Amino acid sequence: MEASAELINTEQRYPFSPLFALDTLWLQVAGTLCNLRCTHCFISCSPTNHSHEMMSLEDVRRYLDEARQMGVKEYYFTGGEPFMNKDLFAMIELALKQGPVSILTNGLLITSKTAARLKSLSDASDYSLELRVSLDGYDAETHDAVRGLGTFEKTLKGVLNLAAAGLNPVITAVEVNDDLGARQGREKFLACLKSIGLTKPRLKILPTLRLGAEINRTRAYESWESLRGRELTKDESLALQCSSCRIATSNGVYVCPLLIDSPQARLGETLQDSLRPFELKHQACFTCHATGFSCRT
Amino acid sequence: MPDLNGRTIEAGAFKSVGFIGGIYSNYLALGKALELLKGRVDTVVALGDFGAFGPHPDRTLEILREREIAAIRGNYEEALAAGADDCRCGYTNPRDNEFAQLSYDYTKAKTSREHVEWMGSLPAHIRLSIAGKRILLCHGSPRRVNEFLWESATPEPFIKKMLDDHETDLIVCTHTGLHWSRFIAPGRGVVNVGALGRPANDGTPRVWTAVIEEKEGAPAVRFLPVEYDFERLAREMESEKLPPEFIETIRTGWWTTCLEMLPAKERAAGKF
Repeated sequence: MEASAELINTEQRYPFSPLFALDTLWLQVAGTLCNLRCTHCFISCSPTNHSHEMMSLEDVRRYLDEARQMGVKEYYFTGGEPFMNKDLFAMIELALKQGPVSILTNGLLITSKTAARLKSLSDASDYSLELRVSLDGYDAETHDAVRGLGTFEKTLKGVLNLAAAGLNPVITAVEVNDDLGARQGREKFLACLKSIGLTKPRLKILPTLRLGAEINRTRAYESWESLRGRELTKDESLALQCSSCRIATSNGVYVCPLLIDSPQARLGETLQDSLRPFELKHQACFTCHATGFSCRT
Repeated sequence: MPDLNGRTIEAGAFKSVGFIGGIYSNYLALGKALELLKGRVDTVVALGDFGAFGPHPDRTLEILREREIAAIRGNYEEALAAGADDCRCGYTNPRDNEFAQLSYDYTKAKTSREHVEWMGSLPAHIRLSIAGKRILLCHGSPRRVNEFLWESATPEPFIKKMLDDHETDLIVCTHTGLHWSRFIAPGRGVVNVGALGRPANDGTPRVWTAVIEEKEGAPAVRFLPVEYDFERLAREMESEKLPPEFIETIRTGWWTTCLEMLPAKERAAGKF
């Protein structure tokens, strides 16, 4: 009896992901507020989702100060839609003083004037400013099906505004259809980006996550999709983004961008509070481990 | 001492040291760089990635070993010595990885066993000093052999932390193929010595080496361009049937592959 009880305990244990170094600090600057309501959004962002509010400039300044003391290597701004935050430009300027910055956006609010402002912020810094624009397919049909009617054209306009200002965005596509990750789909996508005028197209493909709105679009995680009972080698741990990142939101610090809806993933109020190992209990942890995927560019 | 994950050699004090970054089998540029450094520095150290990209990997290894150049191992040497199936370069883009695989398979097939054994004997790091400052030599970064340290993505607070973590004043590395330096105080910072193996994505076929020597009481870096017979290298790559994309880079100085790791500023500087 004792032996079998022990066996059950072993099976129910989850591996821990230690934080080897805090290299990447994500900032949920737009909270869960967005001008779109995408059907695959892993945190169900929308114009009315106030689970996480916009961060204030003071919130961001506090985390940046702490991050500088800790030797953070890079910053990512996300949401929601970061360009809905009225203080975004001040935040970018502040962050670019102490490291490279990436902004994840749907591109809808990037006018030519906004693009020009971003270019001058980029030129004023020694560090890279990356714009990552979500385009979930190389045609309006695929993209608009998840992001809303007419958004393909609007996003392309934002992308072209960036290109015209001399910024070369990384196009990020979620693999909403199976062919995107394959070589042919990828090449077709790159050809499409070239045809609209991006001379040096950059493309990152992400897997879907069975979280948030995506559960209704496709399905939730199944019970076998979990790291329960698994042990990770050091290399496997290092491959997980949570071994080197945290995300600050208006509600405190969480382990990674995927899990800000999960109370168990909230690690504290400050970055210093959040350095302990994280138990990989969430089913999204399975996706990161199985696909080798990272939200980083 | 911090855990550096691999053997470290203590080499003592020097006035000036020449550095050879990724050679990628460009034995012609290696010969020229060693000529250029001869009589100019106390010693020369090669920072790993001797193979890849170019032709006839044994020719590079023969030069390094005949002239007894001090060397640490890069990800290429680690991968070959371990008999790994890929180069562990650390690329994340599928097209980059396809080209990296072509390079690795060619290099693995053409590197003699005896040289591979020598690679396995190389240290991961060397520590030395110049002008009283502690200098740590590594391939990618002190903590990871295949970490990319790019100029526009290696900020000062991060450098300060790396120097503190590894109890050093200066870190000297390669792996990215682009040379740059950032000092947070005199003699304290990071120097990436760039590469001899392929041009610096600047539209010229020249490649780069670096010298670190005492200047006003602290170690300072000078990057030296190396002109060599790139046309001969390109022809040899053609007869070895290496990818035309690689040969184009050797002739034009613009990177055509393994571009997706580049941060925005470095990507903007190139043609592709």
